[in-house]
Parts: sequence; structure tokens; C-alpha cells
Amino acid sequence: MSNNNIVQNLFNNFDIIKYPLFVGILLSITASILGVVLVLKRYSMIGDGLSHISFGVYAVAIGLGFTDTPILVVIPIVVLAAYILLRIGESKKIKSDAAIALFSSSALAIGYIVGSMKHGGFTIDINSLMFGSIVFANKQDLIIMAITAAIVIGTFVLLYHRIFSVTFDESFAKATGIHTRLFNILFASLTAITIVIGMRIMGTLLISSIIIFPSLSSMQVFKKFKHVIFSSAIISVVAFLVAFFIFTNYPFGASVVVVNLIFFIIFATIGKLSNRYARE
Amino acid sequence: MILVSKNLVIGYENRVVLKDVNLEINEGDYVCLFGNNGAGKSTLVKTILGLIPKLKGEITFSKDISQRSIGYLPQHNDNLDNFPASVYEVVRSGCLNRIKNRPFYTKKEIQRTKEMLKILEIEDLENRSFSELSGGQKQKVLLARALCATDKVLILDEPFAGLDGATAKKLYTTLDKINKELGVTLIIVSHFIEDLLRHANKVIHLSQSCLFCGNPEEYKEHLKKEYLLSRYQTVIEGD
Repeated sequence: MSNNNIVQNLFNNFDIIKYPLFVGILLSITASILGVVLVLKRYSMIGDGLSHISFGVYAVAIGLGFTDTPILVVIPIVVLAAYILLRIGESKKIKSDAAIALFSSSALAIGYIVGSMKHGGFTIDINSLMFGSIVFANKQDLIIMAITAAIVIGTFVLLYHRIFSVTFDESFAKATGIHTRLFNILFASLTAITIVIGMRIMGTLLISSIIIFPSLSSMQVFKKFKHVIFSSAIISVVAFLVAFFIFTNYPFGASVVVVNLIFFIIFATIGKLSNRYARE
Repeated sequence: MILVSKNLVIGYENRVVLKDVNLEINEGDYVCLFGNNGAGKSTLVKTILGLIPKLKGEITFSKDISQRSIGYLPQHNDNLDNFPASVYEVVRSGCLNRIKNRPFYTKKEIQRTKEMLKILEIEDLENRSFSELSGGQKQKVLLARALCATDKVLILDEPFAGLDGATAKKLYTTLDKINKELGVTLIIVSHFIEDLLRHANKVIHLSQSCLFCGNPEEYKEHLKKEYLLSRYQTVIEGD
């Protein structure tokens, strides 16, 4: 019966849910395949840092009056921030994890202060920026997300072998003549765009989980690069759909994370078991 | 001649690590690059490979060699230990300097990959996951990858680090084969000078500048003299 209701609802409300649904699917695919590279390059923290910075920039943009299309202001600034974080990660002088923590909490604090100056408080609900809300997704998000997804998937298809090499061993890749810095900038920019759009749906505090969780889950079971990329995209989309259609009564971003957590536990168990049997 | 450097100064940004580096490496050489920690061995290797820019001086390659066509086995990297990749994928990635602007590999590169797997006797590992291999096997896979990238010169940065005695010995046999049978010039950075001297035909000792550059016999003499000199000085100063 409840299943019937869901399907019925789907058809009745398709106009309302079509933007969140498609933005969510594209976001899940993009975030998870970028996540494979970020996790393997040990850049997971950059994803987390970027989401906090997006929040800060977002809040400042709203505070300064760019209320109509803040996203077009936020994206370039966050891309720049991604580039800076990457440079910090490359330098050996600064401890990059500490630097990222510093950056992200400062951005969060400044954003909150500037954002609350206007009208003596936040104009849009701060809770939804922190934890996300699926109703945020609109046509503009869908267009930007579709372009980003196309670029990400296209990049992975055309540059797959180079991406593998840069991710596996950057110094060797550089020695064979690959422009590794260009690759890193490309990845940081795509991650930044994905996060800016995704954080309004998933929330500042939860967005980095959809980047990290699917690839970690699939790495428990799959041991080849291509398989990891495909499976994490599938895991991510399935987790999104489960949260979207079944956990309808719960906060959306949090549900996605919990479903991903359950997937991770399942995959980790399968991985452990198959390792044990392989040894015997 | 494979490469010649004249009055080369290397380092990072404003910090000079090595100066007055004058060396010549010839075809078929088996070069041992030796020096204390922080003497600039890796920095020199990275400069030769073009990973970091040189600060001053000259470095010239023979006509049929470019920086891109040098095979490279980097220092051990923890990142690689749990990486989800098949042995085949890893070895094949060494062919990337041959595919120019094409997005995919052609038969030629695939054949080369198979050939290198065969030369290093790791064909049976082809479909295994890189993360499941032992230290010695991993090193062989990375060596096969480096060989995919080059016909002429191979630079190995601390290839024996973390290997036990027996595995290291096997690696020496493999390296001899690569040097003698395939005619690949080897440049090896290592701490294990004793073992390496038996195989190498040229020793370069680095410390602030090029302290010594010659064949192993001369190097042993040089070390003896240094040792006697330091003994002599201790005796004198001691009294």
C-alpha cells in the first residue's frame, strides 16, 4: 500500500520534485566519482574545508545583498579558495590539515557575522544552510549541475588513463610529462562547484560525506580503479534514491548520510568476509 | 654520452642544496648516487627529471633522450599501499609518455606493457590487485612501469628501502639484467653502498657539491684515504 502511495505521489508531484530529483542524481554521480580521486589522493579534508568556506562566502554574499543569484558569486570565490587550499596541501612547510581547519572555521565565523548583520538576522533559515534542504534545488541549479556533471564525466572518459596515473603516483606522472598541477586545479575547481551546489541540498555539515562515503564503501570490495569509480557512482545514486523516496519523513541530508553509512557497513563486512575466504 | 651537467646548482626556491655539480653519464653506465641524508640525492634526481627547476648552470641530454623519456622509480610512497589498481593498470600507466595527445592506449602500448611484464617475470600477477602484493613484488611492478616509459635511462630513488636481504638480492639480479641485456643506463640512489659497489661502474658521492665521481675501485681508494686522514687527524688532535 505504502509503495503504491509513493508511486502515486511521484506522478502527482512530478513537477515539484523533478528539479530536486535530477539535481540530486547528477550531484550523487559527480560527487562520488570526484570523491574517488580526492580520497585516494588524501584530499578528503579539502572537501570538508570547501563546504565550510562555501557557507561563509554564501552568507557574506547574502549579507551584502546578492540575494537573487548568490550562486554565481559564490562559485568563483570558492574555486579560488580550492586553489589556495590545494597549494597549502602541496607545501611541506605548513601542516595542511591544521591550515584547512583554520580556514574553514574562519570562513564559517565571518560568514555568520556578516550574514546576520543584515535585517538583524539571517534572511533564509540558517538551519537549512547548515543541514540542507532538498526543496532548495531549482532550474538554475539543474543547469549548472548538468554542465558540471557533463564536464566531470567527460573528463573521466577522455582523460581516464592520465587521471589514474596522477592519482596513483603524482611524481611519476609528472616525470612522464603530465601537467599534474593543471589536473589538481581542474579537480579542485570541479569539486568546488559540486560542493557549492550540493551544500544547499545536503547542508554545509553533511556535503563532504557524499563525496567520501561512496568511494570508501566501494574500496572495501572492489580492487580495480575502474570498478571503484563505477561502483561508487552506483552506490551514491542508490543511496540518494533510497533517502529521497523512502525516508520522506526525515531530514533529507541526514538520511542520505545514514543510508551511506549503512552501505559502508555492509560493504566493509563483505570485504572482510571475502578477504577471509580468499586466504583460506 | 647520455647526460652532462656543468656547474649545475640545484635546490628549492632560494635554498641551494647542491652546487658545482659536474658529471657525465654515458650510455650503458650503472651509476650509484651516494650521499648522507639531506645531501641532495633526491633533489638531483628530481632536477634531472625536470620535476623541479634547476637554479643555475647547465644540464644537457643526448639528442635521442628527453626528460620525458627517462624511466623513474620514485621513493617509497605510503599512498600506494592500499590503492585499488590491478598490476596491469599500474604497469601500463608507464606508457603514458608515448600516447601524446591521444586519450587511449593503442596496441603498441599494450604490447609493450605485456613485454615488460614478461621481462620482469610478473606475468602471473597481471590481474592481481597492487595492494595485495608483497614489498618485493610491488617494487618489480613499479620497475616494469618505469621500463615502459624508457628504452635508455632509468632512475631509481632508494629502490632497496624496506626490502629484506633475499628480496634485495633478487632485485640486484633483475637490475643487472636490465643494464646488461637491455642496455639501459641505470642511475641508482641508495644508502646500501657496499652491495651496490659490486654492481655499479660509476660512483657519485654528493655532499654540498660533487665530492667524488669515478669508478668503484677509485672510490674505495678514496674512502680509504679519507678514513686514514680522519684517523690521523683524531690522533693528532687527541694528543
